[in-house]
Amino acid sequence: MSFLENLGKFGLGFVSRLGVSFLFLVQALVGAVKSLTRFRLIVHQLYSVGVLTMLIILVSGLFVGMVLGLQGYYQLVNFSAESSLGMVVALFLVRELGPVLAALLFAGRAGSALTAEIGLMKTTEQLAAMEMMAVDPMIRVIGPRFVAGFIALPVLAAMLSGIGVLGGYLVGHGQFGVDPGVYWSSMQNGVDLVDDVLNGVIKSIVFGFIVTWVALFEGYYAVPTSEGVSRATTRTVVTSSLAILGGDYILTALMFGGL
Amino acid sequence: MQSKAIEVWVGIFMLIGVAALVMLAVQVSGAGKGGGETYRLEAKFENVGGLNEKAPVMIGGVRIGRVGGIRIDKDDYGAVVELDIEKQYDNLPIDTGASILTAGLLGAQFVGLSPGADDFFLEPGDMLELTQSAIQLENLISQFMFNQGKGEE
Repeated sequence: MSFLENLGKFGLGFVSRLGVSFLFLVQALVGAVKSLTRFRLIVHQLYSVGVLTMLIILVSGLFVGMVLGLQGYYQLVNFSAESSLGMVVALFLVRELGPVLAALLFAGRAGSALTAEIGLMKTTEQLAAMEMMAVDPMIRVIGPRFVAGFIALPVLAAMLSGIGVLGGYLVGHGQFGVDPGVYWSSMQNGVDLVDDVLNGVIKSIVFGFIVTWVALFEGYYAVPTSEGVSRATTRTVVTSSLAILGGDYILTALMFGGL
Repeated sequence: MQSKAIEVWVGIFMLIGVAALVMLAVQVSGAGKGGGETYRLEAKFENVGGLNEKAPVMIGGVRIGRVGGIRIDKDDYGAVVELDIEKQYDNLPIDTGASILTAGLLGAQFVGLSPGADDFFLEPGDMLELTQSAIQLENLISQFMFNQGKGEE
């Protein structure tokens, strides 16, 4: 009996939290549109979610590309197909690793920071103080962050893919002597602008939306204690990572499965 | 001052991002290269083997276009391959032949054209008459086995 009770409680809690998060999303989107006129606020948020995340994205992109170059070469050389190395590296990066890895890193680096910041604002009652001064926190705090996250992730994902391709080139050409012309031309033959590059960008836009939404929601509805904020930060990383990986499966099936 | 530095950094961030997107579009996907105007020819094959859309069309190893589409002729069940040839190569003689070749032993298949000697040139929408189908490794092997078996008797 108590099992059923717990299950029901869990289900009701889950559904109501889902409902609250959708209501929050609507408010945040309205706030985001209204905050578009306050360009300076958005620029400042772009600095904290975009510029500060750039370094980790570039470094990990370079190493991911180099590893892809190594692993790809070791396998392809068995079939003397190392001339396809460029295509393999580029397709992996542009279709999957660029958007997904950038989104996971973004959730860890920028998403958690957003949650902690807003959760602390709530704990120290800054949000309530804003409301007292007739400043809508949705427009002043949530909106610019939403817009910034939405813009920053596609840009970061493109950076990761771009530098990863260069990393693959470094290993392929520098270490194994794959011909540069062959590397780039196999890539250009195998990668399509709309099917591969554009779909990758669409993926990263969707992920940017999900991560920012989760991060802002968890922060805004964090329990206003130090423990509550730390829990909210953890939940942001866990929830958005799961949403990214699950969403990636759905998006990939839709985009490349010809559904 | 502090605020200005932040704005400069965001500017740099956006610039690098746009540069990365342009690199993905141009250098990685090769958009804009060979994407000029094309005209369409058709060639009917008995069997296209593993030919794919967007496979290259070549003369003497030089790419002059790509395969635009593959369909079945409803009347005689022949496979019709649509070839998108770049506009600058508009002087293919009408007795040009087409064959489906393979790059390397197991490589991707492409359409090779061998220009004829006629004075008249192919017009857009024309059908290539002289075609040679893809070589099917399975058929070759089975024929070879069959002949081997006969030799031993």
